[in-house]
Parts: sequence; C-alpha cells; structure tokens
Amino acid sequence: MNPDHTAQTTAVGEVAAAVRFVDVSKSFGRATRRNRVLQSATFSVPAGKTTVIAGGSGQGKSVTLKLILGLLKPDSGQILVFGHDIARLGFKALRELRMQFGVLFQGGALFDSLSVFENIALPLRERTELSEEEIRHKVESTLEQLGLAGHEDKFPAQLSGGMKKRVGLARALQLEPKLLLFDEPTTGLDPVMTQEIYELFSSTQKRLGYTAMIVSHDVPQIFKLADQIILLNKGELDTFTDAAQIVHSSKEPIREFARTVMGPGFTG
Amino acid sequence: MDSIQEFSPQPSRLSKGLGTLGYLTLDTLADLGRMGLFLFFALIGLFKLPFRFGEVLKQLRFIGAGSIAVIVFTSLSTGMVLGLQGYNALNRFGADGMLGTIVALSLIMELGPTLTAIMVAGRAGSAMCAELGIMRISEQIDALDCMAIDPFRYLISPKFLAMVISVPLLTAVFDVVGIFGGYLVGVEMMGANSGAFMAGMAHNVTNADIRMGLIKSLFFGLLVAWICTGRGFFVHVNRGMGFGAESVSRATTQAVVFSSISVLISDYFLTSVLL
Ligand SMILES: Nc1ncnc2c1ncn2[C@@H]1O[C@H](COP(=O)(O)OP(=O)(O)O)[C@@H](O)[C@H]1O
Ligand SMILES: [Mg+2]
Repeated sequence: MNPDHTAQTTAVGEVAAAVRFVDVSKSFGRATRRNRVLQSATFSVPAGKTTVIAGGSGQGKSVTLKLILGLLKPDSGQILVFGHDIARLGFKALRELRMQFGVLFQGGALFDSLSVFENIALPLRERTELSEEEIRHKVESTLEQLGLAGHEDKFPAQLSGGMKKRVGLARALQLEPKLLLFDEPTTGLDPVMTQEIYELFSSTQKRLGYTAMIVSHDVPQIFKLADQIILLNKGELDTFTDAAQIVHSSKEPIREFARTVMGPGFTG
Repeated sequence: MDSIQEFSPQPSRLSKGLGTLGYLTLDTLADLGRMGLFLFFALIGLFKLPFRFGEVLKQLRFIGAGSIAVIVFTSLSTGMVLGLQGYNALNRFGADGMLGTIVALSLIMELGPTLTAIMVAGRAGSAMCAELGIMRISEQIDALDCMAIDPFRYLISPKFLAMVISVPLLTAVFDVVGIFGGYLVGVEMMGANSGAFMAGMAHNVTNADIRMGLIKSLFFGLLVAWICTGRGFFVHVNRGMGFGAESVSRATTQAVVFSSISVLISDYFLTSVLL
C-alpha cells in the first residue's frame, strides 16, 4: 500500500468513486496471438450506486470484474478500489480490502464438498464471531428470501444452474459487503425469479447502501436498476447513464448493439 | 518481453529455439519461487486463527487411518522378503543369528520411512492434489481469496499438519509389521533361532537409529504434503499441463512422481548427514 499516492488520486476525482479505472489495458497471450480485452479503459463507479456492465459474450465483462478483485493484474494503467491501487497492494492489505467485497462468480464457485447450508454459513463461520445458532438463523432467513428453503442439505452437484446462482448470491450477501461484484446473477433464472432478485437488490441496496457492479444480459430490465451502464465492445468501453443515451449514441456500433439486443422499437 | 518480439523482424530458427529455452528457464525459476512461497505460507498458516481442528482430524482419518491397510500389506510383504533373503544370505556364512538385526535396521532406517512416504504419496497425496486442482479450476480457491479467507490456513495447513503427524505413525506401523513379517519367515518358516533374532535386534538397534527413522519420516511427510498440495494449488499456472480436467490429472500424476523421486533422492542425503 502506498497511502500518499492513493490519497492524491482520490482527491482528483470529483464524485466519490468506489472503483476507478485509469487507462487500464489488459490482454492475454503472447505477442503473436495477442487477445486485447481492454484498451486504455477509463471509467469510475460512483459509490452507493449500481453500475451495470453489458456487452456481448467474450467482450471482457468477467475479466473486468476479476481485475477489480485483484485476481488478474492489468498490463498497464491503474485500478483504484476505494482509493487503493489493487494491483500494487500487499497480500495483507489486499485481504483487508476484500473483506468489504461480496462476490458472485459467473460459474458460482460454490464449494462442492460442502452442503448449501455450509456454503452460505462459511463466511459467517470463518469471518465472524457469531454463535452457531445465530448463524443458523441468519442463513435460514436468507434461504427463505431466495426461495431456497428446504434445499439446505443438498450439495451443489444436486442443484440446477439457477439454484446454484442463488446460493452464490446468498453467500455473497452474508457479510453485508460495501462493494458487490456480481457476474451474471440471473442467468439461468426464470423471468419471475429474475424480477424478484432485482427487487431484492434494490431493497438491500437501499438498506445497506453498497456499491454494486452487475454483469448482466437482462436487457432491458436491468436498465431500471442501473444508475450507470458500461458497454464493452471489442476492447472499447463506453459509459452511459441510461438506455436512451445508448440508443442515441453517436457511434454506429453502439446503436447497432442497441438495435440487436433491445429490439428495433426500443427507445429507453 | 512481448513488445520486443512484436517489432523484431521474422525470427530465425535459432532465436526461436533460444527463446523457448529462455521461457523454459524462466518458467522453472518462477515455479521454484512459487513453491518456496507456498511452503512458507502453508507453515505460517499453521499458526493462524481460527485453527481448523475438525479439518485436521478429518485429514488424519483420511491420510492416517485410511492408509493403514495399505501400509500393513506393504510392510508385511517387505518384511517377509527381507526375512527370506536375509536368511539365505546370512546362512551362507553361518551368521543367521544376525537376521533380527538386519531386518530391523533396514526397516527402521531405510525401508520404513521411504516406502511409507511413497505409499502415502500414492494414496493420499494424489487425492489431495486432485482435490485442490479441482477447487482451483472451478474457481473455489479464488472464491476463498475473494471472501478474504486465507486458503492456506483453510485448506493447505491442515493437510500439512495431518501429513506430518500421520507419516511417522504409519512408519512405526510399517516397522513393527515388517519386523513381524521378517520373524515369521526367518524364524517360523526357515528355522532361524528365535532367541537370537530377538536378542540381536534388542542389542543392536540403538536410539540413534530410531531417531534417524523418525527424522526421515517427519521430513518425508512434509515433502510429500508440500509437493502434492503445491502441484494441485498451482494447476492453473503451469500451462504446459493443459486445461481443465486434463490439467488436474496430469498434475496429480506429476505430484506422485515428483514426491516419490524427491523422497528417494533426499533419503540419500539425509542418510549421509544423519549417519
Ligand atoms: N485466464 C484467461 N486466459 C486467457 N484468456 C482469457 C482468460 N480469461 C478470459 N480470457 C479471454 O478474454 C476475453 C474476455 O473474456 P470474459 O471476460 O470471460 O468474457 P465475458 O464478457 O463473456 O465475461 C475472451 O476472449 C477470453 O477468451
Ligand atoms: Mg463472463
């Protein structure tokens, strides 16, 4: 951690930004077959708001989240999370920072030798001093909320894709995080469940005031939830405040994207 | 590195070869560095709270209790062969009174620690490697990291501790059952003198010999735990291993081969230092 440096960069940003990308580039592979995923990406995620990351498959949505988590390192540029340059943090400081995260991986990343209940209870058991009874109570109420009651003794391999997603969500929400990073939280859920999850998001966000970054394909529903939309397309990154801005963008590829995913009649 | 290659003209065969050699060297050095840090964090993790007592017990049951059948079988046959060969060789010089000493010393100082460690690597080390490898490729270890739960304290250190406790105990079982096997063949079948077998053993096996066996088995336990968990933990880094299920299966094979070879090589050096 280098506090001087981080203090400086936060002072520059006008709005309190939970996450800031400054000129971030990320590519994979060696010289001959370079896959450029992000090129000089610059954006900030306002604190306490919901930012949605949209874009076609393979455009770097998951990579963007992993950069924020510190699981991948950028080739160049800076990623500031709550003012800390995540790629340059020591492992201790990184762990401290991650205490404030709530993460849902695209694949769920459930612990497959633990039951649903144990999966959700894990962060509580490992990171809090709660008694076993308090943990049971807390986990059961979350299960209820997400329509998973009665499944607590099952193992991840015995769940459907949508159920796995919900268990992952329940696990991510246990410790009341300050920054939520959700990779396709509703893929594989039916429309009713999707709607319920989004309602849960807005109500918990009102209660806890966290910053959320959600990767989602649920266009256009997701735009109701979003305070900011980030579109990723062929290494380029654009930010919008609402769907109308996307439709009336000056860039043809973005209008094209809007037409294909939102339907020709969509105007925001 | 990448940008230099990008702007250089068409690379020649020689420079390509040198490049490959360079990458290989760098990869190997990086691997050694990673494994060193891995060992460091795994040992530090032993002293971090909360201590996972239940997990250590579970691993002890799996590595220790679960391996007893294999160890008894291996040690019994090893001891029986030792009894047979030993008797045959010693009988030529009329020295079959030495049989007990020979059987006991070779088991306690050499065969017990090495064979136990190799059997445990094959039975439990491979399983630990595969488990960690699968957790790695299904992002479960990343998930632990992102939940700010130390994967070393949570996953690796309990396995280390259980291994370092189990291997010496299993080695003791190996020694005792092996000596019994040697007695069975040498004395009961071949007719060596029972009193000489026992007395020779009691007289010639010293505390130093037993200490040597103990030190070896502790060291081998640590070595097997380190290599097997490390190969699984870093399955995603070593891209020469391929991807997905294939990378896990190759890493598991490598873990068993590496740890067996390391046990045999380090056995020589330990013996030369401890003798
Ligand atoms: N660990 C990795 N190694 C190499 N390439 C990767 C890795 N992770 C992602 N990529 C590549 O980066 C690009 C973006 O991937 P991703 O962010 O997963 O897409 P999506 O937007 O669908 O989530 C893809 O082309 C993918 O092949
Ligand atoms: Mg993705």
